[in-house]
Amino acid sequence: MSIAEKFLTMEYGPAPEDTKDALFWLDRHQRRFGHFIDGAWRQPVEGVFFDSSDPSSGEKIATVAQGSAADVDAAVQAARNALPKWQALTPHARARYLYALARAVQRHSRRLAVLETIDNGKPIRESRDIDIPLVARHFYHHAGWAQLLEVEFPGYAACGVVGQIIPWNFPLLMLAWKIAPALATGNTVVLKPAEFTPLTALAFAELCQEVGLPAGVVNIVTGDGSTGEALVKHAGVDKIAFTGSTEVGRAIRGATAKSHKRLSLELGGKSPFVVFEDADLDSAVEGLVDGIWLNQGQVCCAGSRLLMQESIAETLMQKIRDRMGTLRVGSPLDKAVDIGAIVAQVQLDRIHRLVEEGIAEGATCWQPQMEMPSRGLYFPPTLLSNVHPTSVVAQQEIFGPVLAAMTFRTPTEAVELANNTVYGLAACVWSESINVALQVAAQIKAGVVWVNCTNLFDASCGFGGYRESGYGREGGREGLLEYLDLSWFKRAPVLPAAERAPSESTTGEQRIDAAIDRTVKLYIGGKQARPDSGYSFEVRGQQGQLLGEAPLGNRKDIRNAVEAARKAASWAKATAHNRAQVLYYMAENLSLRQEEIARRLAPVVGESQAAREVAASIERIFSYAAWADKFDGAVHNPPSRMIAIAMNEPIGTVGIICPNESPLLGLLSLVLPVLAVGNTAVVVPSQTYPLIVGDLYQVLDTSDLPGGAVNIVTGQTSELLKTLAEHDDLDAIWCFSDESSVAAAKAFSVGNLKQVFTNEGRAIDWFDATQGEGRWFLRHATQVKNIWVPYGE
Amino acid sequence: MSKEHKNRYHIADRLSDGASEKSASNSGAPVATLSGRPLLSNRGIPLNLDWVKQVRANTSAVERRAQTHVARRTVKKEWQAAWHLRAISCMDLTTLSGDDTEDRVRRLCAKARQPIQQELLAQLQIEELEIKVAAVCVYHRFVETAVRALAGSGVRVAAVSTGFPAGLSPVQERVAEIRRSVEAGADEIDIVITRAHVFGGRWQELYDEIAEFKQTCGQRHMKAILGAGDLLTLRNVARAGFVAMMAGADFIKTSTGKESTNATLPVGFVMTRAIREYAQETGMAVGFKPAGGIRTAKQSTEWLALMKEELGTPWMKADLFRFGASGLLNDIERQLEHYVTGRYSAGYRHPIA
Repeated sequence: MSIAEKFLTMEYGPAPEDTKDALFWLDRHQRRFGHFIDGAWRQPVEGVFFDSSDPSSGEKIATVAQGSAADVDAAVQAARNALPKWQALTPHARARYLYALARAVQRHSRRLAVLETIDNGKPIRESRDIDIPLVARHFYHHAGWAQLLEVEFPGYAACGVVGQIIPWNFPLLMLAWKIAPALATGNTVVLKPAEFTPLTALAFAELCQEVGLPAGVVNIVTGDGSTGEALVKHAGVDKIAFTGSTEVGRAIRGATAKSHKRLSLELGGKSPFVVFEDADLDSAVEGLVDGIWLNQGQVCCAGSRLLMQESIAETLMQKIRDRMGTLRVGSPLDKAVDIGAIVAQVQLDRIHRLVEEGIAEGATCWQPQMEMPSRGLYFPPTLLSNVHPTSVVAQQEIFGPVLAAMTFRTPTEAVELANNTVYGLAACVWSESINVALQVAAQIKAGVVWVNCTNLFDASCGFGGYRESGYGREGGREGLLEYLDLSWFKRAPVLPAAERAPSESTTGEQRIDAAIDRTVKLYIGGKQARPDSGYSFEVRGQQGQLLGEAPLGNRKDIRNAVEAARKAASWAKATAHNRAQVLYYMAENLSLRQEEIARRLAPVVGESQAAREVAASIERIFSYAAWADKFDGAVHNPPSRMIAIAMNEPIGTVGIICPNESPLLGLLSLVLPVLAVGNTAVVVPSQTYPLIVGDLYQVLDTSDLPGGAVNIVTGQTSELLKTLAEHDDLDAIWCFSDESSVAAAKAFSVGNLKQVFTNEGRAIDWFDATQGEGRWFLRHATQVKNIWVPYGE
Repeated sequence: MSKEHKNRYHIADRLSDGASEKSASNSGAPVATLSGRPLLSNRGIPLNLDWVKQVRANTSAVERRAQTHVARRTVKKEWQAAWHLRAISCMDLTTLSGDDTEDRVRRLCAKARQPIQQELLAQLQIEELEIKVAAVCVYHRFVETAVRALAGSGVRVAAVSTGFPAGLSPVQERVAEIRRSVEAGADEIDIVITRAHVFGGRWQELYDEIAEFKQTCGQRHMKAILGAGDLLTLRNVARAGFVAMMAGADFIKTSTGKESTNATLPVGFVMTRAIREYAQETGMAVGFKPAGGIRTAKQSTEWLALMKEELGTPWMKADLFRFGASGLLNDIERQLEHYVTGRYSAGYRHPIA
């Protein structure tokens, strides 16, 4: 076709990216890769390899090693061996390596971008302009954290050897999110890239060699799910960091329950994209382009549920359809293509299946008339309307370029619909009113909320989800803490196993201290309640003397307690100052009863501890009353004109299994941080002295604490723990007990992937404020929500 | 057609009641299509304040769109050459300096007739296209000179008017200036709006002023210069753009070229989106002219791609799209020569305007 004809048609024409250098690099490795272990390329022990192919053509790109348990073991050993020397380096020395990695990524940026595109199928524009620059930025930012580590995180130590498993949607970027903070904090790493997209991780391994990173600090083992499983189960791994599907995340939680492995999970999402009638609609449409049509929609935080205010729904839908018509689907190596190839056949099949299910359920499907490539794995941009919250396509993560559209009437309904999901990763809110935008942003349950923008990421800002979208944050200060342990905690001794099964009272033995008969009850919804079972159990002192009988709570009492806690919304809405006032008042009321409570506690813990314990409890209440209005968030500095507000939000309703050692102080040390930041709690007191509930509700009742903010159920810890950990309407379980209870809490929590905070079966000195109170607890009582607000007029 | 489009303001429905006879006699054949819908040329609508007031433009989001736009679209090789030629054909070759003279204007007109040297045309095999610029844009004083110099060429003459660039002279004088330019033979009149009306939210006064200008222009094409660099906020630009279109402007134009910032891509996005919405609501097509600061061939393809993305190919032709530029042509000539020879070219190798 001549220039004259092109002058008339004004088509774009092809604009292919040059692949020469990337192919040369592959050829230099004979297109065959072993694992990268201990600073060198190693052949897989079992000699098995698999192919990595280009999803836009189906052509094989390279052959990579299938990691076996033996390969994983070698890698973990290498990481373990490298650990002492790596940790012996000064923070500055580690910072230099991270800086060198950042520079190396920049030097080879185009090769990495091209490799990413041919391996994954994402448009070269994205790998070149988004993925790779963010990778470099992540290493730069964390070079800084490495430098500042000792100053900014005193009292912390690295976890040790970290096993990291990353997905195929942003292969090198997810590697950076994992490796940069791990190295900055002095950990060593075994990373398994996704089966579909191992190449950039292998290219990164070569960069590690190039910058002279000590052998064994970073190890890359390629393979499929079985390789990942071997890594998760390896006894030599101190922490697992995983990004991927909620299903696999759940399996990892289960598989690591009996270990002390730290866990951070970044899982799926079905993120709402909320557009109000006063939004800049054209810009909101572009937000969708950057949202659901970024990376073919294969983004865990993609704004895949469009919620439109009814008044503008028609207009917005028209604008969306118009815009979809100008999206270009085609070869990902073309510089002017918006939507590339789907990563693998199995994913493409899944998208087809879910869209068909959606249509079968009554959704209207709209796709623009456009030229589609004749071969390769492609799916056109798709808009599903007539979708309802009950629809499969509104509930399940499609992981494709498919947008499901629904309407709402009011901001309240928008929030309700937005939160009507098991996930809580991200959300977008579009409105030109700062009142509407921030109000809704604050109410949506999601780790990231973008106001008038979409899919912005930065190394300085935490990213991670609420609910079944996982736990932990990546990026920023909050992300670093995932790779650090408190030094004292690492050294804390293991608790002996607690004794089990309280016996029901059968003897006719007389209780001590029985001036007037006293019946201790459960405390639910601000009221004393008889146990559903109608049974009580004996409570005995150190010398075996009968102290009284405690109500034997069961699963129904837990159910009632959780319902009461859920209803106690007024506590969460109270101002921090109000909460502080109530807590101070609790201290006042406890001090009035100081002597009598100490007297009743004495047979359990001994006279000297009893007096000390009550005094320390009063002090602890003061501490958390003080904290209530001081556990601030932060404002991050991403490199553009905006503010990113990191808000510490209460987690919600927390189930608490209390330690045996200090029946009063231990209980308060867990309940108070939960209350101080606005959560509600369901508390199971220590089995050794559950009668403390009788004293506690006297204090709570007189302190203006709203009913339901704290609920106390006594009984057999193991049974109540199971019910609590399994309860889908609890947001977190805190278990401070022996190792087997802690393992049970973790294992039973997989249902809704609630946050789990435990003592790992270790002894905590509740009388020592450095161990028993402060930020460690408050951090686990909150989740960080990052709200991105660009500004400018 | 309008029934299919559920619009926010139902303008088309209202128009069709009273204006149907008028449109039958006055507007003629469709001048463009947008998403398959035929559009007539703009004849204005009554001022719709609801519409003007609801205009939203989120600056950060629009800037992000502009940033990614230049990375999302590119043209290479013979496509690039074709796009560069298209940029020339949409150019209002402009001289608006205090030191302009008749000879200078005649030189510019000669360049407008023959923007690319013959040898290059032959090498590109595009003689048949008879590439020339769309118009020459001058002050009123040089309209007659330009009309004479361009006679028979098909290149139109545009006059900046209404007290350009400030637009603050008394209204009668501004109207008279238009009339004089029309009488002198100008095909197109580039008027400037009173920016003060925008700052003061005096939309009715702005509308009346522009409508009067349009009436004075008669059948001549009127381009309304919004003064985006003065208006400063994108929301102001969008609102002024809507009022200008409602008042009957044939084109809306970004700036005078005399402001501290002139045609920027964010402004381009806001104005083209306004044109699109106006077309969807009214069934009428308005043209767009970015002016000032467009100096490189690469910028010209970015702007053309913007038009293609936001409005479609009808807005990539001189009927509905113009560049206001003086230095752009030379850079395009250099790029075209580079395309032909494979060597980077120098400015002095091409005849100056």
